[in-house]
Amino acid sequence: MVQEQAPQKLSIQFEDLHQQNESYIVGMWTFLVTEIMFFGAVFATYLVYRVVNQEAFWQAHRHLSVPLGFFNTCVLLTSSLTMALTVHYSQHGLRKQQLLFLLATMALAMTFLVVKGFEYHHKFVEGLVPGPNFHFEPAEYTRVAQLFFSLYFAMTGLHALHVAIGVLVMGVLAVLIAIRHPSVQDFIPVELVGLYWHFVDIVWIFLFPLLYLIPR
Amino acid sequence: MKGVPLLPDTASTFAEQMDALFWFLVAVTVFFTVLIAALVLYFAYRYRRGSNASRAGAKETDLRLEIGWSLIPLTVGLIVFVWAVKLYANIYGPPPENALEIFVVGKQWMWHTQHPNGIRENNELHIPAGRPVKLTLISQDVIHSFFVPAFRIKRDVLPGRYNTVWFTPTKPGKYHLFCAEYCGTQHSRMIGWVYVMEPAEYEKWLASGGEARPGAIASGVGTMAGVSTASLVEAGKQLYTQLRCNACHGTADGPRGPTHYGLFGKKVKLRDGTVVVADEAYIRESILRPLAKVVDGYEPIMPSYEGLLNEERVLQLVAYIKSLKKNPQVAEVKP
Amino acid sequence: MSVTVARPGEVRHNYLNAGDTVRSWLLTTDHKRIAVLYLVSVTFFFMIGGLLAALIRLELLTPQGDLLTSENYNRVFTMHGVVMIFLFLIPVIPAVLGNFLVPLMVGARDLAFPRLNLASWYLYMAGGLIATWAMVTGGVDTGWTFYPPYSSSYSTSQVTLTIIGAFIIGFSSIATGINFIVTVHKMRAPGLTWFRLPLFIWAHYATSVIIVLGTPVVAITLLLVVVERVFRLGIFDPALGGDPILFQHLFWFYSHPAVYIMILPAMGVISEVVACFSRKRVFGYHFVAFSSVAIAVIGFLVWGHHMFTTGQSVYAGMAFSLLSFLVAVPSAVKVFNWTATMYKGTIDLRAPMLYVMGFLGLFVIGGLTGLFLAALATDVHLQDTYFVVAHFHYIMVGGTIFGYLAGLHFWWPKMTGRMYPEGIAKLAALIIFAGFNFTFLPQFVLGYLGMPRRYHWYPEEWQMLHVMSSAGAFLLGIGYLLPMLYLLWSLRNGALAGPNPWGATGLEWKTDSPPITHNFEETPIVTEEPYAYENHHEHEEVASGTGASTTET
Repeated sequence: MVQEQAPQKLSIQFEDLHQQNESYIVGMWTFLVTEIMFFGAVFATYLVYRVVNQEAFWQAHRHLSVPLGFFNTCVLLTSSLTMALTVHYSQHGLRKQQLLFLLATMALAMTFLVVKGFEYHHKFVEGLVPGPNFHFEPAEYTRVAQLFFSLYFAMTGLHALHVAIGVLVMGVLAVLIAIRHPSVQDFIPVELVGLYWHFVDIVWIFLFPLLYLIPR
Repeated sequence: MKGVPLLPDTASTFAEQMDALFWFLVAVTVFFTVLIAALVLYFAYRYRRGSNASRAGAKETDLRLEIGWSLIPLTVGLIVFVWAVKLYANIYGPPPENALEIFVVGKQWMWHTQHPNGIRENNELHIPAGRPVKLTLISQDVIHSFFVPAFRIKRDVLPGRYNTVWFTPTKPGKYHLFCAEYCGTQHSRMIGWVYVMEPAEYEKWLASGGEARPGAIASGVGTMAGVSTASLVEAGKQLYTQLRCNACHGTADGPRGPTHYGLFGKKVKLRDGTVVVADEAYIRESILRPLAKVVDGYEPIMPSYEGLLNEERVLQLVAYIKSLKKNPQVAEVKP
Repeated sequence: MSVTVARPGEVRHNYLNAGDTVRSWLLTTDHKRIAVLYLVSVTFFFMIGGLLAALIRLELLTPQGDLLTSENYNRVFTMHGVVMIFLFLIPVIPAVLGNFLVPLMVGARDLAFPRLNLASWYLYMAGGLIATWAMVTGGVDTGWTFYPPYSSSYSTSQVTLTIIGAFIIGFSSIATGINFIVTVHKMRAPGLTWFRLPLFIWAHYATSVIIVLGTPVVAITLLLVVVERVFRLGIFDPALGGDPILFQHLFWFYSHPAVYIMILPAMGVISEVVACFSRKRVFGYHFVAFSSVAIAVIGFLVWGHHMFTTGQSVYAGMAFSLLSFLVAVPSAVKVFNWTATMYKGTIDLRAPMLYVMGFLGLFVIGGLTGLFLAALATDVHLQDTYFVVAHFHYIMVGGTIFGYLAGLHFWWPKMTGRMYPEGIAKLAALIIFAGFNFTFLPQFVLGYLGMPRRYHWYPEEWQMLHVMSSAGAFLLGIGYLLPMLYLLWSLRNGALAGPNPWGATGLEWKTDSPPITHNFEETPIVTEEPYAYENHHEHEEVASGTGASTTET
């Protein structure tokens, strides 16, 4: 069922809807650039230590579960697809499909977080959380392994935080769509959330090989 | 209070070279500052509102001018750049062969210096004029910086890593030593004196174990020359025996550990296939974190000495291991 | 005064009288009101930073360190740096003048995201108050550079709280940067092409790019210090497996460009003021515009010049040194172009123009002394001495504050509708210029002599130079007090300004002073090049500083 497009609300500072929409898109891209630099700094830190401590990082990375990581990669990739479909249906004003795929994206995002939670729990049980109880075999690498896991938790934690924020934002968006709130009558809010979500996916696409798939 | 000093002491060969560049830069600065100030003031006067100076022919832009005043600063910059690089590469580069080697340990808030013959000083350093001096510096805790204005040299003193710098003092005298990198509460008290002595006096000072200090003035804050009798290598040897390093590292490669004889400066193949040069940093790391670089053919079984040895002790061990020459027969050091 | 609807011939409505409740200020989304909120806040933090500076100069009157303990002295200079850099110099021109003028100059009714703009002020205040809270509850003693391992493993002061404050302020900066970028890209009035933009806008655009690219890096880096400090993860402390030099790389990757965040907006102000009071187009408009962009780009590649003595390789040092000489070129180009703008102009020596001339002198000295520090060999001697302190004060104070004061006086009639008193303003400009030079010229000599920075005690042979510096600081302090007093006075007693008291070009002068809430009655259409002063032969009333204006409406 094609919904009737309600007129978009034009904020006072804009001349027309076209300008308003473009401003939001450019704003979102600019924000994503700051996000890239944000993650970029941690990535750079990681890469420096990774180059200096090849062997130890390889030893440490073996404690990460590649199957779980791969599963999560698939989950996020699928969520990107469902998000793209959400945007697609939103542009066509198809409310039900839009809502359906948005909820699917949320479900996938939460799956990702649950799996990540299991992985964290596992590290905790294994004594791989940096701190006084950190324990690593072979012992010769304890020091650098601690550095590896410090960075592992910092990077994946920062990413998981972004996923969690994504879930929250999508939740708000879903409610607004469900109650036909006027602010989501047009596709721009969905488009913006979509951009953000693809960014979060891409970060993981870099994180997965960097952390889980270290060649010897 | 003695008036207003304007020039620092000039007491090393590098100081003279750097001052030439410094004064060139001062000339550049004064020239351009005066030029711009003169133009601004002249224009402000000549073209003040109400003056009848001709405004005809005023331009909006001029490509030749723009290129010109881009190239002038660029050229000046490049001249200074090349000039400065040569000096910089010299002082932070390899020192001359005959350099006197001094080890410096910085810690909150003190300088320890160690001479090759074992004399140790706190917040003081005695050196002869006319001979190159190489400093090897390391910190026990936070980042410090070894700064002697009269020599125009400064080198950050980092925890966990050796840094080096060298210079040739030229003029006998007593010069300020400062910590230049902020290091905590008593940063401004992490100071001392460098004494440059005539070579003959320096020999006397050495012979007396650091007692005979010409003009040995109590230099104010917390200076006490701590003097040990053993030379640096000798102290290292005692420590080496005391820690029973020789139980595993014999005169030849053994089943538990490789020999240290002839090790320094050699290329060492590691378990992971990489090759490193056995320099001071490598030896230090292998004492404190032996498992970081394990020699090919050996098991990672050596215990770590991190936390058991302070940086001064590590320096003594490094000095001793450096002194072990290829053939154990001639490698015995004289006490 | 709360007339919100304009009646012809009556008191005109404007953004100031659009509402006078506290709520109408704290919940405003009007960029002009947010600019006023920022004006009050940065002035408040400037006064804190200034008091801390006064304590430093008082302490250094004597070599023995007898006024404060070493612990307290270290806290005082650290907080002077933190407050002045994060809470004053970085936001001052973009958040006050930029916020007020960017929409006006591009002919828009507001910034693209007014609510984000208000949020940025709240973030700024939150960060500022957290930093102030850290100060009150013990202070922080690491130096504003937060170098580990001292900051992460040794200092017992309020490092974590201060860093969290700085982190939040960073996001306030980012919000402003995003707003400016989108506004300049998407909201220019019809006919306002990129090369018709005022150079103030070019400068703020370049600044915003630096903010957006650089701030996240320092934010995450400082956060890693907190993580290391709180959880003892080894990221920068070598005793825990980290590398303290890596911190310096990441820190300066932002903090060097941060200098350009401070100076580029000031350069934008200078371009506007020098054109207006020379009644002439800015000489070499395109070169001045592109030099801002060049500074923004090359500025990201020079961070390693803060680390020539740390033991980085000679080759890395060479690359950073060479790039540092390159980044000096666009700055020099600007100075030459401003000077050439005055040539054959019709120069009116109003207070803003005096600040511009002061700026040119101080910025030239600050820039040229930067060459001493970009050159590898001289940097070895001068690094971490008072020479560095004097150099960056010439850039940050001589550059940023002179630019800010020039702009504040220039647009004061636009912001408030009232003229400042001209005579005393000129006097203040001269006092500030003299006081500044008395304060910081001796510090160049001290640095060359070898006086390290952040020293509580110093050898007594240097006392005379320190006394000179402190005396200059006293004069400088008086100079700063004057504008605060007479600008406040002018709010009620200044002559009414009228829409365009300077006869200046630019869209901001084509609306009322103070402007109406949404800036323009109708969207302006731009048909002429920027700074077309040849078309504006002073046909407009130039308000005198003391006499009453006739432009009351």
